[in-house]
Amino acid sequence: MRSQNEFSYGGDATVKRPDLNKEISDQEWDNFVYNRKSLRGKHWELWQHISGCRQWIKVERDTATHEIFMTLKANEEISL
Amino acid sequence: MTQSFRLNDVGLINRDKKISFKFNGVTYYGYEGDTLASALIANGVHLVGRSFKYHRPRGFFGAGVDEPYAIVQLYRNGETEPNIKATEQELFEGLEAKSVNCWPSVNFDVGAINNFLKIFLPAGFYYKTFMWPKSFWYKVYEPFIRKAAGLGVASTKHDKERYEHKYEYCDLLIAGSGPSGLASAYAAAKNGARVILAEDKSRFGGTLLTSDVNIGNQTGKEWADGIISELKEMPNVTVKNRSQVFGYYDHNMLVMSERISDHLPSTKKFHPKQRLWYIRAKEVLISSGSIERPLVFGNNDTPGVMLSSAAKEYLKVYGVLVGKKPLIFTNNDSGYETAIELKKNGVDPIILDTRKDPHSEIIDEAKNLGIEIKFSYVVVAAQGYKKVKSADISKISDDKEQLGTIENIKCDCICVSGFWTPTIHLASQSGNKTQFKEEIDAFIPGESKQNEKTLGAANGIYTLDETLKSSFEVGNEISKKITNKENKVSFPNVVEKKSTVHDKFWCVPLPKGKNYKRFLDFQNDVAVSDIEIALREGYRSIEHVKRYTTLGMATDQGKTSNLNGLQLVSKIENKVVPAVGHTTFRPPYTPVSIGAIVGREIGKHSKPTRKSPMHFWHEKNNAVFVDAGVWLRPRYYKQGNETLFEGSKREAKNVRTNVGVCDVTTLGKIDIKGPDAAELLNRVYTNAWLKLPVGKARYGVMLREDGIVMDDGTTTRISENHYHMTTTTAQAANVLSHLEYYLQLVWPDLNVNVVSSTEQWAGAAIAGPKSRDLLQKLFPNSDVSNEGLPFMGYMEGDLFGVKARIFRISFSGELAYEVNVESDYGNFMWEKIMEIGEEFQIQPYGTEALSTLRIEMGHVAGSELDGRTIPYDNSLEGLLSKKKDFIGKRSLTREAFTAEDRQKVVGVVPLDKKTSIPEGSHLVKDSNAPLPNPKLGYISASCWSVEHDNPFSLAILKNGKNMIGEKLYVMSPLKNKVIPVEIVSSHYVDPKGERVRS
Repeated sequence: MRSQNEFSYGGDATVKRPDLNKEISDQEWDNFVYNRKSLRGKHWELWQHISGCRQWIKVERDTATHEIFMTLKANEEISL
Repeated sequence: MTQSFRLNDVGLINRDKKISFKFNGVTYYGYEGDTLASALIANGVHLVGRSFKYHRPRGFFGAGVDEPYAIVQLYRNGETEPNIKATEQELFEGLEAKSVNCWPSVNFDVGAINNFLKIFLPAGFYYKTFMWPKSFWYKVYEPFIRKAAGLGVASTKHDKERYEHKYEYCDLLIAGSGPSGLASAYAAAKNGARVILAEDKSRFGGTLLTSDVNIGNQTGKEWADGIISELKEMPNVTVKNRSQVFGYYDHNMLVMSERISDHLPSTKKFHPKQRLWYIRAKEVLISSGSIERPLVFGNNDTPGVMLSSAAKEYLKVYGVLVGKKPLIFTNNDSGYETAIELKKNGVDPIILDTRKDPHSEIIDEAKNLGIEIKFSYVVVAAQGYKKVKSADISKISDDKEQLGTIENIKCDCICVSGFWTPTIHLASQSGNKTQFKEEIDAFIPGESKQNEKTLGAANGIYTLDETLKSSFEVGNEISKKITNKENKVSFPNVVEKKSTVHDKFWCVPLPKGKNYKRFLDFQNDVAVSDIEIALREGYRSIEHVKRYTTLGMATDQGKTSNLNGLQLVSKIENKVVPAVGHTTFRPPYTPVSIGAIVGREIGKHSKPTRKSPMHFWHEKNNAVFVDAGVWLRPRYYKQGNETLFEGSKREAKNVRTNVGVCDVTTLGKIDIKGPDAAELLNRVYTNAWLKLPVGKARYGVMLREDGIVMDDGTTTRISENHYHMTTTTAQAANVLSHLEYYLQLVWPDLNVNVVSSTEQWAGAAIAGPKSRDLLQKLFPNSDVSNEGLPFMGYMEGDLFGVKARIFRISFSGELAYEVNVESDYGNFMWEKIMEIGEEFQIQPYGTEALSTLRIEMGHVAGSELDGRTIPYDNSLEGLLSKKKDFIGKRSLTREAFTAEDRQKVVGVVPLDKKTSIPEGSHLVKDSNAPLPNPKLGYISASCWSVEHDNPFSLAILKNGKNMIGEKLYVMSPLKNKVIPVEIVSSHYVDPKGERVRS
């Protein structure tokens, strides 16, 4: 168990960056840069262990109760 | 002054220790164990303040946390604190307190005129009034409101007291040491559980201190004392008084504030004033009891009208009579208990009972004692302005709609009891969905959300026998599960007087032709009529009614008013109370001092301080430091009586004419290694990086994905797969996270490692026309000529035996170098530079001169790269590669980013060449245009150009590209300045950049 204040929040973990040099529509780009669902309930998030090992991790957390269900390493895929 | 309302032999105070204190400048005496409230009442003082809105006289209403009136400004040991409840503040020798919310004095209060203007101050008056005429706001309304309103004054001085934080865990946290808290704590402790028992007051025992009961052949107080002393002896139990559990958060984390020194004249050496406890509890037992509800009638806010339970507490705990001719107005048996105690102490109370014909053991006892009781009677209105002098009373019809003939009887206080409201705040904060219990007309906790249980009166259980039984049971059951031990305690025999059901009636109708104010919320002056107006105006949700009328707001958070407010709304709306619902209970339950929340993290303890290896040299040489993030950097090196302006000008000028040296250790440095390092740089920077040769540095700009500039800096290729990146001081941590994000999550296929090396290298920037001559002397074995080390070149050197990295890069626009050595040699390097530089008239320069040099060069930095600008805005569009993709490139095609008249950085010079331009000022075309004057841009950075000897600023200006030569105005309403200016190129010095290449 590590204290929460060692970590820094990094946004929605389900967002995928479009590939470099790929032609995409404005809408697709906006979805990547700006549009987020702001869910209430279970949510996959990115956190970085900023005051520790510097790893980015994926965390499934309930945005209303703050309950944490599961964590994944940066290279592990989320199965929705 | 004598304590004429003090009894001789009742109470728990220490009569051997007399204590003197001052209230509103008058000296009084009380005893050890008094609160400020009990001591004032003992002295016959009932006028303590003025109400918030109408400035009506205010006295005491309760005896604890629920107190809505008696809020004072406290003076203790040279400090002052606002919003102190007199009912909670324990008396200490030399205590001083003053009334709040009255001006010029509590006896003569100018604001009381509001009382006669009350028809103009209806519900929502903040939203409706003071709106016009506009010009009246600053000069008339605001100063008046500020002077006349408010609850006390916060000190503007530094708080010298010490506040601490403590982290604790336990099996059971028990909040409240009344009968249920004691019984459950005792049972759990006997089973070996780790228990924390918290009590808000100084004395343990809760209602056991005031009620006439018998537990195991002991009085309630004797039994409580016995349990507490046994608990204190047990190693698995922590017992804390003066400790309020005020917040229930996620994962069973609760926060408690312990008042360690507030009751002492001054804090003992090495002791904190208060301590905040963060407690993680496996299980929480809420034994917070209940608070008596007021009855609502005309002028029910007059000093002398108070809760009947408070009157009993003042008598039983403090030996103080709240009045000598009391009237008890009740809808239940609790009022009788107060009457009986008063009668036993030689006072003759009169009871008005709203019920027609109730029968119970308690009522019989009152009758037997010869107390006068009037059934089906109500108080219609209290009479008297600064203190109750009499009461208008009347019979009431069985349907409670019709009043009879009004009679007036003399009395000096009215003790009201409208039954009990469970204190469910903690349970509700935990996420528990509360439920309405019809029999008690109040909400109790429902299904538990976290590991919490509510006991006793807080759970709507009002008999001692049932409370103790169930609490012993719960304490035993829960602890047994945790410890796997059972050490059952025998249940004591309980004797208490039986009571009968209460009357649901709570609000006395207005008599014909009278419009008495009937108050619901005493702290905010919310009357029945205000709620009626709010509902008439269409407010339906109880949350909206609360905000519109301020019902239940401010420091007492409606502890006495919430339920009556709900009952009124439900009556008018013809809904049942649970359908109206209650407003959300949020922490803190009682006010917590800011000091306790902040704890030890104040001043220099609030964040770490980072110092460069050359810090002590700077200190010795009169550096004036400035905070740069967490770093301390020299702002300028003061000579004699120099001001910042003079000193920085001297330093900057010396760089332009001779040579200067600046500590640049604070710049972020990132070591990048790996076969794909060049590819990574090519993706994160906007310009091309694949062809940078070894031994060369390049300037780069990185963007966020939204196209906004994130940071800039130079990166140097040290060897084939090894790069040294520099970032700005402020963005160092963000840039590292940014790189790690892309390497770990987006492009894990790139074989690159990044690590911060900021602290590993000490850096010195050597700048000025004589810098090469100096460098040659520092590195006699290296060829640092223009050919040997050209602009943007890099080499390693030997600095008198110390390995150094030499970069030919410039931030000042002059011929310049940056020398890095391992941090431990930083001071050695610096002293060598100063020593050898002497013959070249070297001077150290600080951040102010550094800024001056970069501003007049038109070199953008943090004030332009402020998270709102794109490369074009900073004239960095030349660095955008057309041939490759990079982070944020796709965003740059957005319509606003490509607009013809897009903002751009420009230079600004005042026409008089004298007036300095304040940073943050706006640029406008016409200084006399009507407001809001269209803003064309803003001043991002200002300096005194040492090259031209006049003020110069950078600005981000709309259509900046086509504005060179235009005459505009700079406006700074904050500094009250209007300055005519000319727009010039942002490159004010050496526009062709010849010096850096010389």
